[in-house]
Amino acid sequence: MVSLVAFSVFRGSIEIFSYEGVIGFLTGTDWNAVEGRESFGALPYIVGTLASSAIAMVIGVPISLGIATFVSEMSPPRFAAPISFVIELLAAVPSIIYGLWALFVFRFWIRDLIEMPLYNAFHGSIPIFAKYPFGLDLFTAGIVLAIMIIPIISSICREVMRVVPNSQREAAYSLGATRWEAVRIAVFPYAKAGILGAAILGLGRAVGETILVTMIIGNVIGIAAIPTTLFSQSQTLSSLIANEFNEASSDLHLSALIGLGTVLVGDKKK
Amino acid sequence: MAYFSRSLTVEEVMREEKAAVAGPIETTDRYKVVIKEINGWFGRKQALKNINLNIKDKSVTAFIGPSGCGKTTLIRCLNRMHEMTPGARVDGQVLVDGADIYDKSIDPVVVKRRVGMVFQKPNPFPTMSISDNVAAGLKLNGIKDKNLIAEVVEESLKGAALWEEVRAELEKPGMSLSGGQQQRLCIARALAMQPEVLLMDEPTSALDPLASSKIEELVRSLKEHVTIVIVTHNMQQAARVSDFTAFMYLGEMIEYGATSQIFKNPEKELTERYISGKFG
Amino acid sequence: MNNAERKDYRLLLHEHMKKKYRKRIIIDRLATIFAIVCVVAAIIPLGSILLEVVKNGATALSLEFLVSPQGSIGSGKGGIGPAIQGTIIVVGLASLIATPVGVLAGIYLSEFAGNGIFPSAVRFLNSVLTGLPSIVIGIVGYVTIVLVLGSFSVWAGALSLSIIMIPIVVIVTEETLRIVPHSLREAGYALGISKAKITLNIVLMTAKSGVLTGIGLGIARIAGETAPLIMTILGTSLFFSSLEGPVDALPLRIWRLASQPYESAHSFGWGAALVLILMVLGMNVALRLLAHKKGFTVRAEV
Repeated sequence: MVSLVAFSVFRGSIEIFSYEGVIGFLTGTDWNAVEGRESFGALPYIVGTLASSAIAMVIGVPISLGIATFVSEMSPPRFAAPISFVIELLAAVPSIIYGLWALFVFRFWIRDLIEMPLYNAFHGSIPIFAKYPFGLDLFTAGIVLAIMIIPIISSICREVMRVVPNSQREAAYSLGATRWEAVRIAVFPYAKAGILGAAILGLGRAVGETILVTMIIGNVIGIAAIPTTLFSQSQTLSSLIANEFNEASSDLHLSALIGLGTVLVGDKKK
Repeated sequence: MAYFSRSLTVEEVMREEKAAVAGPIETTDRYKVVIKEINGWFGRKQALKNINLNIKDKSVTAFIGPSGCGKTTLIRCLNRMHEMTPGARVDGQVLVDGADIYDKSIDPVVVKRRVGMVFQKPNPFPTMSISDNVAAGLKLNGIKDKNLIAEVVEESLKGAALWEEVRAELEKPGMSLSGGQQQRLCIARALAMQPEVLLMDEPTSALDPLASSKIEELVRSLKEHVTIVIVTHNMQQAARVSDFTAFMYLGEMIEYGATSQIFKNPEKELTERYISGKFG
Repeated sequence: MNNAERKDYRLLLHEHMKKKYRKRIIIDRLATIFAIVCVVAAIIPLGSILLEVVKNGATALSLEFLVSPQGSIGSGKGGIGPAIQGTIIVVGLASLIATPVGVLAGIYLSEFAGNGIFPSAVRFLNSVLTGLPSIVIGIVGYVTIVLVLGSFSVWAGALSLSIIMIPIVVIVTEETLRIVPHSLREAGYALGISKAKITLNIVLMTAKSGVLTGIGLGIARIAGETAPLIMTILGTSLFFSSLEGPVDALPLRIWRLASQPYESAHSFGWGAALVLILMVLGMNVALRLLAHKKGFTVRAEV
């Protein structure tokens, strides 16, 4: 029974690798170019995946830390449990519903409140804000991904922070530390490893998230998919797989997509 | 918000000038800490009842009593640590050099500069080196001058009788020391803040006898510079180390006086019974 | 070291400390404000999502909506009946596969295995499985079942979903079983009962609620998964025909509806989302509250 689990993982991978040999897919990944339909290279999508996850982490990790710090160190005890509960509910929302909401509601908020002002303020002078924003782009995808990974990261951070022995905090306070300073020198260093682990877990989730990204990242293919600005449309490995899958014409195409999946997994194993 | 230290500085300066005129400083006869009508609670439970106590400057005062008598609670009232426990409350006054640390205008953070604390289980910061540990309080409070910090670190380690043992390896992690050394490290860390009063909450109960006696020796030497209050469940230790002893029971101060008197000639029967080991 | 020297340091240091004091207090306040802002920032999306789903979905809800098959595209008629049915079938089948496998694995890990190489490997692989992107799991399902059997099918979808659900059940089962105090097992041994019986009757029964919680959370999780379904069940507009054929499911349907340019389709999408979210969040809230009451907490990523 247990072996079935292990077995499934391996079986899946073997199939993928056997397809791998069919084309020079790997070489396609090594090179940069992605041409017409006959050659499939994964680079633009790798960039997309990395970029969107990077945005998600940059936004998500600090906010998660802020939440964890609040719940574990600052909040009056009776609020701690309800707040964590609510945050965890965020994790329970299925990702298509995130996608739906992002597509019809959230992207307008982002476009109107953040992207337009930034674009107007700089008028294309700063490269990453150069493109005219539609709201369906790398930036929005990054933010929603951040929202999705926050509950995971913050709940683990909260746990590791809770476990820091009180004697550490007392040592800091006895030296005249303010509350924030006590957290800074007594709690964070102690919990560092756990926080890192939480961040990695969050990263894994962001990289692997498919359906949400598909819906709001703009979906472009080929060289155009390499995002030059925060507001360009892009594509990630997973969203491409999702989009193309049902219309994959040739076997070549199919195995290319499966190859992408391998890259995804390979990236995560790191 | 009035800064507590400001008034102190003026006083201190005046004292400095007086001392400069009058000659080397001799031990004065005044009270460093005056505890007035202190009552302490953990939620509904009252842990301290009407405590009144005067602590002499540059002396060692011991709080003794059976478990649960409130001695730790009392000592934690002296640097405003008690109120940090959720649900805990303090009522009354604690005057250090005549100024009440519980005055509404005073920030507890400031109090801790003058009244330091060493805990039962040594708690050095695990991610910091030895010298960083000692300097932790200084850096926290905004001292940036590296030379000054190095000087104070050395002074404090000397004051904690640890300098000779670690001077060659100041960058090693604080946790690499033995238990007794870690506790002396914590003492050095507290001393670096130049406190006037040092509170020690059962500082040797987690240590072996050899390490404990080193710390006791240290306490005797430190009292020349710092007023020390020590909580101990070990009566012999109190007898060895302190000048004055306060015996507490169930949240009340039963008897207080010179150590020799308490141990040889206790006034109250309860004290006598505790001293002779009849309970506790 | 004489008294005069020490006083020197004291004055000097305390002077310095006073200077920095105000700034430190300000930083402390700012840190607190930042933390509160973070909490609010995280809760706002949740509120908005719930609000929007209810607001937009409520209008589409009706009995007809819930049971009819899809009408012609853009017509504004019909409903998501097949999707609801499909979800129930696929998720149900997946849980039937995942529950015994997961619970047995959890029992094995907690009761019979030690910390040797094999159990550690199993635990490791298990945690790897939890981290796999759902679309990769879809690929696995595709490659193993769809290609082999020749068509998109319920089996493929159920298998994929079960791969996602199994690790969740394993982890929760193992953890809740561990919490059962040893004294109970020892009492059983002392009475001469065989290990298998002890495990089944005594330990499992005690941990029952925890295990059920794990199963429930697993079900809630897979009910909301879309990616694995894309390449396994295909998603049709028809009602369920056979286990070897394609079928529809809620998440998939929502995706398709959202991709269409018609207003009515979007509105249906919201309606389907409302149904889905009621199912998933409902289960989650109920299960977590119950878990809280019983005294154990469940991690967010489960």
